Amino acid sequence: MFYREAGDFKTSYRDDGQTFPIRLDRWGYYAVLAVAFLVVPFVIDSYWANAVLVPFLIYAIAAIGLNILTGYAGQVSLGTGGFMAVGAYAVYKLMTAFPGVPIVIHIVLAGAITAIVGVLFGLPSLRIKGFYLAVATLAAQFFLVWLFNKVPWFYNYSASGQITAPERTILGWAVTGPATTASAKYLICLTFAVVLAWIARNLTRGMVGRKWMAIRDMDIAAEIIGVNPLTAKLSAFAVSSFFVGIAGALLFSVYLGAAEASEAFGINKSFLVLFMIIIGGLGSIFGSFAGAAFLVLLPVLLKNLLVVQLGWPTDLAAHIELMIVGALIIFFLIVEPHGLARLWALTKEKLRLWPFPH
Amino acid sequence: MKLKLATVAFGALMAAGPAMADLVVPNLSYRTGPYGANGTQYADGFNDYFTLLNERDGGIGGEKVQTPECETAYNTEKGVECYESTKGSGALVYNPLSTGITYQLIPKVSADKIPLYTPGYGRTSAKNGKVFEWVFNAPANYWDGASVAVKYLLDQNGGDLNGKKIALVYHNSAYGKEPIRTLQELSKKHGFTLTELPIDPPGQEQKSQWLQIRRDKPDYVIMWGWGVMNQTAIQEAANIRFPMENFIGIWWSGSEVDVKPVGEAANGYKALTFHGVGMDYPIYDDMKKFVIEPGKASQGGPHVGSVLYSRGMYAAVVIAEAIKKAQELSGTSAITAAQLRDGFEALDITPARLAELGLPDFGPEIKMTCDNHGGSGMSRVQQWDAAAGKWNLITDFTEPDQEILTPLITEDSEAFAKEAGITPRC
Repeated sequence: MFYREAGDFKTSYRDDGQTFPIRLDRWGYYAVLAVAFLVVPFVIDSYWANAVLVPFLIYAIAAIGLNILTGYAGQVSLGTGGFMAVGAYAVYKLMTAFPGVPIVIHIVLAGAITAIVGVLFGLPSLRIKGFYLAVATLAAQFFLVWLFNKVPWFYNYSASGQITAPERTILGWAVTGPATTASAKYLICLTFAVVLAWIARNLTRGMVGRKWMAIRDMDIAAEIIGVNPLTAKLSAFAVSSFFVGIAGALLFSVYLGAAEASEAFGINKSFLVLFMIIIGGLGSIFGSFAGAAFLVLLPVLLKNLLVVQLGWPTDLAAHIELMIVGALIIFFLIVEPHGLARLWALTKEKLRLWPFPH
Repeated sequence: MKLKLATVAFGALMAAGPAMADLVVPNLSYRTGPYGANGTQYADGFNDYFTLLNERDGGIGGEKVQTPECETAYNTEKGVECYESTKGSGALVYNPLSTGITYQLIPKVSADKIPLYTPGYGRTSAKNGKVFEWVFNAPANYWDGASVAVKYLLDQNGGDLNGKKIALVYHNSAYGKEPIRTLQELSKKHGFTLTELPIDPPGQEQKSQWLQIRRDKPDYVIMWGWGVMNQTAIQEAANIRFPMENFIGIWWSGSEVDVKPVGEAANGYKALTFHGVGMDYPIYDDMKKFVIEPGKASQGGPHVGSVLYSRGMYAAVVIAEAIKKAQELSGTSAITAAQLRDGFEALDITPARLAELGLPDFGPEIKMTCDNHGGSGMSRVQQWDAAAGKWNLITDFTEPDQEILTPLITEDSEAFAKEAGITPRC
C-alpha cells in the first residue's frame, strides 16, 4: 500500500529498464534531489556542512569509486587512501600552477591524473588476483604517501610539507579557501556527487559494467565469451581511480583546506572506504551512499549523544563510540552480509506487498 | 516511533551550545589514540587552572569560564569537526595542541575572527603578527627550540660545532618537518653536518633509523617526537647504547610518560622546556585547596605537576591573562573574540606578574605586540633523573639566535601572505 503501482504500465523496453521503475520511487528520487538542491543550501549552517554533509558526499564519491573496482569488477583494492592523495596533490599542483583556470576543471583533471596512476598500479591485476592483488594495491598506498612526503616538488617546497588550498571561485562564489560559505561547499560537493553517481549508474548497467561483472563472477568464462580482461580490468581501475581522485581533490580543496599525505590519506582512509562499501553493499550505487552515511554520520551522532546530551567524559565517549561502531559493523555483517543496500531492497520488497504479504 | 527516532537523531546531530553568558574557551583535547597519554595531561592542566579561577575568584572579572571539551584524537578531520561544533557557542580562543589541526584552523579562524593560541607548536611564522593577525604562538616556537638546542650544544663544545655530526629524528608530519629549515641554516652557520631521519607516524617502527644512527655515530641526536614515538625512540637509543646526555628532545619529547617506560636507561636524557615543572610553586597551595581536595580536578587529578600538566596550565594562564587584559581594554567583562585578540596583542606577563600568580620564574616574560605574536622565544634545557624520577632544569632561559630566525620567519610569512592574498598590517 506504500507503493501504489496500479496503472503504472511500461510500454517500452526503455521504460522497463530505467533506474527507478516504480513511479513512487521515481518521484521520491526527484523530491530528494529537489530538496537537496533547492532547500538544503538555504538552511545549511557551517556545522552541518563541515561535520556532516560535505564529508558524507565526498566519502560517497570515494565509495562509489571503490565500489566500481571492488563491487563491480571484483578487484580488491587497499590503495584508496593513496589514490585520494594523488587527487589531492594533483589538484593542489594544478591550482597553484594555473590560477586562472576554473577550479571545476582542475578537479576533473585531478581525477584524470589519478585515473592514469590507477591504471599503472592496476597493471599487476592482469597477473594476480584476490589477496595478492590487495597486497599489491597496499604497496601503492604506502608508496604514494611516501612519495608525497619525500619529494618537495609536490608540496611546493613549503617548510612543513603541508599543502594549503588557495581561494578559488565559481561564478564569483568562493568554493575553496577560508571565505567559502557553507552552502557553496555543500553545493559543489553535491553537484559532483550527483553527476558522478549518475555516470556510475549508467556505466554499470551498460556494456562496460556488464564486462566488469563478468570478470568479477568468473574471469575465465568471461574471457571465453569475448570479454577482454586487459581492457575490462584496466578500465575498471581507471574509472574507479577517477572517482577516488575527485573525492581526494574535494576532500583536500573544499573540505579540509590543508592536508598532509600521511595524516589525511593514510592506510586508515583506505580501510574506512572499504568498510563503507562492505557495510553499504558491494556492487550497488545506493549502497555506496548508505555506507558513507553510516560511517560518517554514526560517529558524529554518537559523539553528540554521549558527550553533549548525556555529558559523558570525552575519552570514555570516544572509546564507547569505537565499540558501538565496531559492534554495529559486526551486527550488520551477520544479519545482512550484502549490506545496507540489500536491507533496503528487502524493505522495499516488503513495503510493496504490505499489507497483503501472501 | 519512526518520527520519534528521527527527532532524537536530529537532536543528537545538532550540537547543543552551552549558556551564552559565560566565557567559553573550548578545550580541543585528545585522550585517546597513540597521542592520548600526552594529550590527557595537557588537557587536565588546562581545565584545572580555569576551575581554580572559577572556584577561587569566581571566574575572570566576575565571568565564569567554561572549557567544553571535544575529543580530536590528534586527527585533523575530527579537529575540524570539533572547531565547527564549538565555535557557535561563542568560543573566544582555540588551543588545539596539534600542529596539523593548527594548519587547518589558521585560515578558518582568520575568516571567523577568533584568536588561535598555539604555545610552543603550530606554524612558526605565525610569530609575524603583520601577516597572522589572529594567531599567537608565544612564548616559543619550533625554530626557537631548534636554535636554543644548537646554542646549548655550542656551549657544551666551547662555542664550536665545526665538523660535528647532528642527527634529527623527526615525526614525519608538518610538526616534525618544522625545524628542518632552521637546522639547515644553523648547520651552514656553525659548520655541523645534519642528518634528517623521518619516522612515520605514529612512530612505533623506528628500528632502521636507529640502526643508521648506530652506523653513522652522530655526536648528537635531536628529536622532534610526540606520543608513542618518544618512548620508542628513547628505548631504541638505550638499546644501541647511545649516550643519553647527547640526546636532546624538543619540549614535546620531554615529559614523564616519555622516559618512565624506559626506566633506568633513560637517565640523563635531555629535553627543552619553556616553563617550570613540579609542584614547588605557590599556586599549588590554592590548587590543592580549591580544586584537588574538593575533588574538582579534571579526571581526578592523577597528573598534577607533571611536565605536560604544567604546560597545559601555562597555556591556560596566558589565555586567562589575555582575557583579563581584554576586559581592561574594552571595559566590559563579557568580552568577544575580537576583543580577546586585542588583549593578546597587548599582553605583557612580567616576571613580577608571574610571581603574583603563584608561579615565580615559571616561564619567560611574554610581551606581545602588533608585529610580534611570538614573544621572546626563550627556553631552557631540562634533564631526566631516573633515580629520583624527576626533571631537573640545567640551564637558564636562553635566547634563540634571532639573526637566523628573523629572516626565515619573514620569508615564510611573506610567502603565506602572497599565497593567501593578505596585506601585512602594523
